[in-house]
Amino acid sequence: MEHHGHTPTTTGLDNRKVAIWAFIGSECMLFASLISTYLIYKGRSVKGPFPHEVCSPPVCDTVMKPILNIPVTSASTFVLLVSSLAMVLALAAVENADQPKHTLGEKILGNSKLWLFMTALLGTTFLGFQAFEFTSFVHEGLTIRTNLFGSSFFTLTGFHGAHVTAGVLWLLTLLAIDIRRGLKPKDALIVDIAALYWHFVDVVWIAIFTLVYLIH
Amino acid sequence: MTHSDTHVSHVDHAALGEVKEHPTWSTYWKVAVILTIITALEVWVYYIPSFVASHLFVPTLLILSALKFAIVVLFYMHLRYDHRLFRALFTGPLIIAMATIVSLLFLFGHLVIHAG
Amino acid sequence: MATTAAAPPYVSTHEASNTGIWSWLTTVDHKRIGALYLVTALTFFMIGGFEAEIIRAQLMHPNGTLVSADTYNQLFTMHGTTMIFLAVMPLSAAFFNFLIPLQIGARDVAFPRLNAFSYWVYLFGGLFINASWLIGAAPNGGWFGYAPLTTMQFNPGLNIDFWVIGLQILGVSSLAAAFNFITTIINMRAPGMQLMRMPMFTWMAFIVQFLLILAFPVITIALVFLQFDRFFGTQFYELAAGADPLLWQHLFWIFGHPEVYILILPAFGLVSEVLPTFSGKPLFGYPVMVYSGMLIAFLGFGVWAHHMFAVGMGPIADSVFGVTTLLIGIPTGVKIFNWIFTMWGGNVRFTVACKFAIALLALFTIGGISGVMHASPPADLQQTDSYFIVAHFHYVLFGGSMMGIFAGIYYYFPKITGRFLSEKLGNWHFWLTFIGMNLTFFPMHFSGLAGMPRRIYRYDAGQGFDVYNLISSYGAYLLGFATLLFVWNFIRSWRKGAKAGHNPWNAPSLEWSLPSPPPDYNFAAIPTVTSRYPLWDHKGNVVDYHDGDQVKSAKELGIPMPLSTIKPLFTALFMTLMFAGLLFIHKHNWPMAYTFMFGGAAGMVISLYSWLLSPLE
Repeated sequence: MEHHGHTPTTTGLDNRKVAIWAFIGSECMLFASLISTYLIYKGRSVKGPFPHEVCSPPVCDTVMKPILNIPVTSASTFVLLVSSLAMVLALAAVENADQPKHTLGEKILGNSKLWLFMTALLGTTFLGFQAFEFTSFVHEGLTIRTNLFGSSFFTLTGFHGAHVTAGVLWLLTLLAIDIRRGLKPKDALIVDIAALYWHFVDVVWIAIFTLVYLIH
Repeated sequence: MTHSDTHVSHVDHAALGEVKEHPTWSTYWKVAVILTIITALEVWVYYIPSFVASHLFVPTLLILSALKFAIVVLFYMHLRYDHRLFRALFTGPLIIAMATIVSLLFLFGHLVIHAG
Repeated sequence: MATTAAAPPYVSTHEASNTGIWSWLTTVDHKRIGALYLVTALTFFMIGGFEAEIIRAQLMHPNGTLVSADTYNQLFTMHGTTMIFLAVMPLSAAFFNFLIPLQIGARDVAFPRLNAFSYWVYLFGGLFINASWLIGAAPNGGWFGYAPLTTMQFNPGLNIDFWVIGLQILGVSSLAAAFNFITTIINMRAPGMQLMRMPMFTWMAFIVQFLLILAFPVITIALVFLQFDRFFGTQFYELAAGADPLLWQHLFWIFGHPEVYILILPAFGLVSEVLPTFSGKPLFGYPVMVYSGMLIAFLGFGVWAHHMFAVGMGPIADSVFGVTTLLIGIPTGVKIFNWIFTMWGGNVRFTVACKFAIALLALFTIGGISGVMHASPPADLQQTDSYFIVAHFHYVLFGGSMMGIFAGIYYYFPKITGRFLSEKLGNWHFWLTFIGMNLTFFPMHFSGLAGMPRRIYRYDAGQGFDVYNLISSYGAYLLGFATLLFVWNFIRSWRKGAKAGHNPWNAPSLEWSLPSPPPDYNFAAIPTVTSRYPLWDHKGNVVDYHDGDQVKSAKELGIPMPLSTIKPLFTALFMTLMFAGLLFIHKHNWPMAYTFMFGGAAGMVISLYSWLLSPLE
């Protein structure tokens, strides 16, 4: 993780950054498969609850309201977007860790620990929203076993949530390193690759928010 | 696929002018504001029943989210500033992924071309 | 900007010990990992071959009684799964590991410890799947495991659970290796080793890595759905809930067709090394070979549904996938002609390696042409699920991939071990394999067209299948005997074979400038390359080793080497245990399931952190 070698690479790019971009390319196909399945099964569930439509008897025993909660998810989407802003600020702070800081603004913007913490905190908040959403769905009668919508919805958003969780752990690891020895400009790369992962998880959510929550 | 930078020799990216400095705080917060506005717009149109009923609803949402996607990738993930190799490593798979989604939706009959 | 930070980050001159089991368990040397892949994959090749022999013994005569229908299902499923995931792919991986750094002039791969991790995951995954034999519940749903036939309702045993979990584990290995090789080829090339100067094997390997990182996530998701259906009651493949029975088929073949090219392109790469050397001529049409490889890979993502013509997708889908399938035959045909023109007018030396390479051209062409036949949906409807298909893909996989891999083994054995494989035994091996392979698989074209379906464990006499099956079975026994000869040759030559010099075939690429076997640091001085065939052109700055010169140690030369470490092995082991815990869910044994899953996960995270936070040097 914290190596600084001497041999220049063929392209002058760091190996780890090349690898993370290849990894992100691969993840595109992972989420493409999940999103395709969700869309293919959209409207094919034989019983409710449904995402956007009311389910009435005889399809459902009782009248079931559309289950997706757009206001809450809009809020969590906003939280994830802001976490991306915090992430770029954390990277910028590490890249400029050696610059002298005079004003209060410079000190706040240049505090990598603050922004790493904020990113992790906002990520955790997003997970909190997801936990709230999942529990309320279960209370309203939608589990992963209920219908095709439940299976594909929980699996898709669950995979995304697992990615966010891994990202939060990664950020907390960086924060621990920062607290222990301070991240310097020469460490920018390890923050950069974590940031690339984090933003990718964010853009996947941008796609999910539109395709799953808004379009009907 | 393997988009070739056939002539990458040694550490010559600076000469090619490919790696620019990352943007600063002023760009980052503007980007965040734009992203927030687009998200607000998306949620807003969701609550206009007449718009939801129109043919424009789905394309509008798709374009808006594609725009957000592109902005995050170009600015926050620095693809606009970074080496073209990274662009190739991302866009190649992305194109195959999107083509796969579209083909699957056709194959399962979810996309039908409406004539009028 | 930080992207200019350098790699590989070796800083010490620590010297690893080179003998004993511990040194193999902890090695991070790409050449030794390649040797581990080679030996392990050949062992699985023997196991998969043994399964095939039982299949052929059962089918030798009408109404065979050797095995039950259930055992037969397990045999053909494990034969396919073993040959594809545990034999041919890892045999290719053995060459990726051994050759890529040598061919591009590097001292190791980009991430040596990740490389070790990939191998151990492969080994444990292979052992895991095969452990199912011990409880008599080997996978039985065919190598493409069609859901819903593989859901709990229709297949309630542990068989499919072993298959689903095993393939997930093996996927991790392939993906980790692919990220590693992509980075290695992009970033570890020696000065002057431009992409268009890379040896053709490295090019094909490069393309294959992209196929791997794009195809494996799709099967991972298809398997996750199946796993969730079986363990957690989701409904992805539950027809009563409105699920579509084609979902699995589409997802599987979006992976499955690129997988075909994952299996064949490395063999194409090996043949592209062997033929120029033994013809004494540069590869004909090098750039065309590169671009046709890319085109095959790209088109490979647009042909998957030709495996599904029989399900009735409608005229538009049938036409589109029929046409793309015909198109993909073009770049493949171009390659065949390029190899022929490489030999044309050359002074061809018919060594065993060269013979295997020429056999690939002939046999793959037969398999390719029968492939073009079922690109046409009406023809496919006659042929699908018959022995004609079995004949087709064995000509492609045995006649193509395995012939190419045998060519590669005979060609590179001197580089790997410092000794030749016996050419005398090799000639026996070649001719018996060539004859046995054609005896086994050529009659299947006829039994298939006569209507014999795949995957049946017995057939009645008098349907016109009898004589074809008899010939096939004799052919299979001959193949088995030939393979035993090869194994004998392999084992004997490794210890007692004639000593080989550093460039025994007078080959042109960088790996042949090194001693045989190469020292752990590969290149004493990193070469500067100015042409595609540095050892023929005598251009550039390549130090050609002289046989008999003393090989200095890394320490004497002051070359920093990565430290051996056991951590990748532990990480792989804990990951396998974590996956294995899922088996207990099937039996509702929650304490065991949780112990394995959480214990394995905790162990994996701890070893992973310990690995990532410990320095490489």
